[in-house]
Amino acid sequence: MIRDTTIGAKLWITAVWAVVIFFVLNLAAMIVAVILSSFGTRWLGTWLPAGFTDRWYFAAWSEFQLHDVLIVTFQIAFIVVALSGLLGVTAAYALARRDFPGKKLVMLLFLLPLLVPPITFGIPLATVLYQAGVGGTFWGVVIANLVPTVPFVILVMIPFIEQIDPKIEAAARVFGANTFKLFIHVLLPMLVPGILAALLLVLVRTVGMFELTFLTAGPTSQTLVVALYYSVFASGVRAVQSIDAMAVIYMITTLVWLLIALRFVNPTQIVARAKQAPAQQ
Amino acid sequence: MADPQPSLRQRLALRGIDGVTLLALPAILFVLAVFIYPFAYGLLLSFEPKEGGALANYQRFFSDPFLYRTIATTLWLAIPVTVISLALAVPIALRVRLMTRQRLLTTILVLPVTLGTVLVAEGLLNYLGPQGWFSRTLMLFGVIEHPLKLTNNYWGVFASLIITGFPFTFLLTLSYVTGIDPALEHAAATHGAGAWQRFRHVFLPLLAPGLAISACLSFVQAFAVFPSAILLGAPAGPTRVISIAAYQAAFEQYDYSMASAIAMIMAAVQMVIVVAILAFRNLFYRGSTAGGKG
Amino acid sequence: MLLASSQFDELRLDRMSRSFGTVNALKDISLTIRKGEFIALLGPSGCGKSTALNCLAGLLATTGGSIYLDDRRLDQLKPEDRGFGMVFQNYALFPHMTVKANVGFGLKMRGMAKAEAARRVDEALALVRLETQGNKLPGQLSGGQQQRVAIARAIVIEPPLVLMDEPLSNLDAKLRLEMRAEIRRIHNQLGATTVYVTHDQDEALSLADRIVVLRDGTIRQMGSPRDLYENPDHLDVAEFMGYRNRLAGTLVDRDGARGTVDVGGVKLSGTVRGDIATGGSAIVVARSDDITVTDSKANALAATVETIEYRGREYVGTARKADSAEVVFHAARPVSVGNPVSLSVDAGRTLIFPA
Repeated sequence: MIRDTTIGAKLWITAVWAVVIFFVLNLAAMIVAVILSSFGTRWLGTWLPAGFTDRWYFAAWSEFQLHDVLIVTFQIAFIVVALSGLLGVTAAYALARRDFPGKKLVMLLFLLPLLVPPITFGIPLATVLYQAGVGGTFWGVVIANLVPTVPFVILVMIPFIEQIDPKIEAAARVFGANTFKLFIHVLLPMLVPGILAALLLVLVRTVGMFELTFLTAGPTSQTLVVALYYSVFASGVRAVQSIDAMAVIYMITTLVWLLIALRFVNPTQIVARAKQAPAQQ
Repeated sequence: MADPQPSLRQRLALRGIDGVTLLALPAILFVLAVFIYPFAYGLLLSFEPKEGGALANYQRFFSDPFLYRTIATTLWLAIPVTVISLALAVPIALRVRLMTRQRLLTTILVLPVTLGTVLVAEGLLNYLGPQGWFSRTLMLFGVIEHPLKLTNNYWGVFASLIITGFPFTFLLTLSYVTGIDPALEHAAATHGAGAWQRFRHVFLPLLAPGLAISACLSFVQAFAVFPSAILLGAPAGPTRVISIAAYQAAFEQYDYSMASAIAMIMAAVQMVIVVAILAFRNLFYRGSTAGGKG
Repeated sequence: MLLASSQFDELRLDRMSRSFGTVNALKDISLTIRKGEFIALLGPSGCGKSTALNCLAGLLATTGGSIYLDDRRLDQLKPEDRGFGMVFQNYALFPHMTVKANVGFGLKMRGMAKAEAARRVDEALALVRLETQGNKLPGQLSGGQQQRVAIARAIVIEPPLVLMDEPLSNLDAKLRLEMRAEIRRIHNQLGATTVYVTHDQDEALSLADRIVVLRDGTIRQMGSPRDLYENPDHLDVAEFMGYRNRLAGTLVDRDGARGTVDVGGVKLSGTVRGDIATGGSAIVVARSDDITVTDSKANALAATVETIEYRGREYVGTARKADSAEVVFHAARPVSVGNPVSLSVDAGRTLIFPA
């Protein structure tokens, strides 16, 4: 790399790193503060809580009915994962392998739900879902969450499928595989890493998706992040520590999947994958 | 006897439409049904107000300061956040590009993006609060005498948007920066360009299209700020952003028509800014950032 | 000022070294390059030739030694302050600038007046025969044209030294020959001092005034192309120069520079390089065109033909000896695969190295 040892350059580099360190320190301190508070007995006007206890977790568990909320959260998340995988991978295969009139328009159609922020399309979507009678139900939440995740899977999978040489498929056909067998024996095994990565990211997104779930969920179809929102919103009612305990539980449920996903993808891809598409048009 | 005319199926196949193409159909129909249709429905609904003429909702929005000021309030959050995120992301990405072990940093930075705004708001309530570590540390070093008021006002929302927005912009920018062939910088240096000239004449023009996309996305996300504006801000006053107005219309006043109108205005403002940024982008070179045949 | 900076007598590398951690990528390279010389740094990949070039350019810091342009010490300077020109392996053309802007980049960085810069850019483009392509973007040009732009960009600043990093390695075979001649022509016309890195000995032989063979980060041998071709000092230089046959044996007789080696009963004589006592083990190296098919069995290598290829005027084949050593030979007439063959070795051009 080009070496620059002038004082100006050194100052500049120091300044850049100082900003990074400042940011990371604040981020870490914020997370540590939540965790400490969730284990603290009383924390008022001091650097650290007066003592430590695990009772807030039991309190949060029963107060917020986390058992039920977690079950609903994962039911919704896994159904969203399965459906977006099914719809997304098949569509991605078609888009990766075929050129047809209007393909650009179809790509734009899949790009829009990722570019338009959920709160913007969530309000008309919730309106329609309530009118159709699924608003406030389990399936309403599933449908709303699928809106960004299906296009997400498609846009992640297209480049992944494109890099598989079509000649491999041709070879499988020459040796007698029909479409179904081709898919099961040849394509699927090769696509597994990509599908796994895409679906794990869908899982992380769905567990963390606040706006769409918030707008479409009823009392029995809340996910953890929405329950967390309501408890923070009404924070005077409950002890701060038990809200923090719930926040820690939420962090764990998200981060476990994130860490697994990061074994398959680069962190930059989590934000960049779907976003690079418009630059190429 | 063989048909001299190709069959419809053959003609379609020639244009790229066959059984494989049809695999895309379920997803297309799904997105049409749950994204395009609700949007179109919302647009039409916004012209069918509870009372008054077709444009009554829009007239009401733009005549009621409690409503139309939400646009300025939101812009006042979203634009500084976008500019600051981008201004920090570019130099840091140019530096991080040189690191051999970027993974740890990028992993740390992806955390706030995945944890989401609700958790960040919850965490900041404690951390930035009057008894929180942030004010305490500043007081320890004697920078301030009394705790700063950073929650339930503009700055709380601003901080939460930076915490989720900066990593997002940074990771996106990093992916563009690492796409530039390092040989181009070498070529510029050997032919006499100093550090600033290399940035000005080589990196900046090559990054401009990517930075425009980063700016659009981080602006759109910041403009749609919602939970943190309620939890960390002052949702009745200084941080009454446009999404709060839309939410209240829909779920507190049950005026779906008005809510749709506000959502459409929200989308329109986003589109105006995005179009402006993209138009600016078109002034720059767009294409490969590689230095030659690979 | 630029022209003035090209007025120099020599560029001197004094024990230039570069290590990566404990690995010495470049060790004590001392070399004096005279003005106008065309130097080729030749060696297999990993020999340190690209490291040497990057150290010269300033893209890589040296960890020892120094670089002088006459009396001016360069090795502490940043790349942009050295004033060199460089042609990169993948061209590294700025994709967002037109051909003219690419070529004029160095002049712009030096703050040259626009009219003067434009005139020099046109001259440089004429020199590489791209007058009509000036307003295109690099992406619209073919590989060979991009390479010419890269060369024009490097020479337009009239640098004291032009560095070329395997500039032809991305071109196809035919274009490579064309561009080789082109580089030679431009060098003859301008007389720009050039350091050219390559792993292709044909390129080095045909272009350079002087070849520096690098191996494991040190200079193995240095000399004119003819010198290196005919008198390699080391076994590995010989191999690199196309001595494809290696035959192991024992030195049975030595008379000054001449020696005779017993290779499995066959006596081969040639020029001895290096220190070998009579009775010591030795390796005989010979080019494939110095080993030919003979009718007489006397003092000829016996082997079985494994492959035979028609190469236009003659045949080139490989044969395996009983001790499983492979011999590459030339033949005027075809020989059949699987048949025994007698091969004679031209004593005049054979070299003998210590094993």
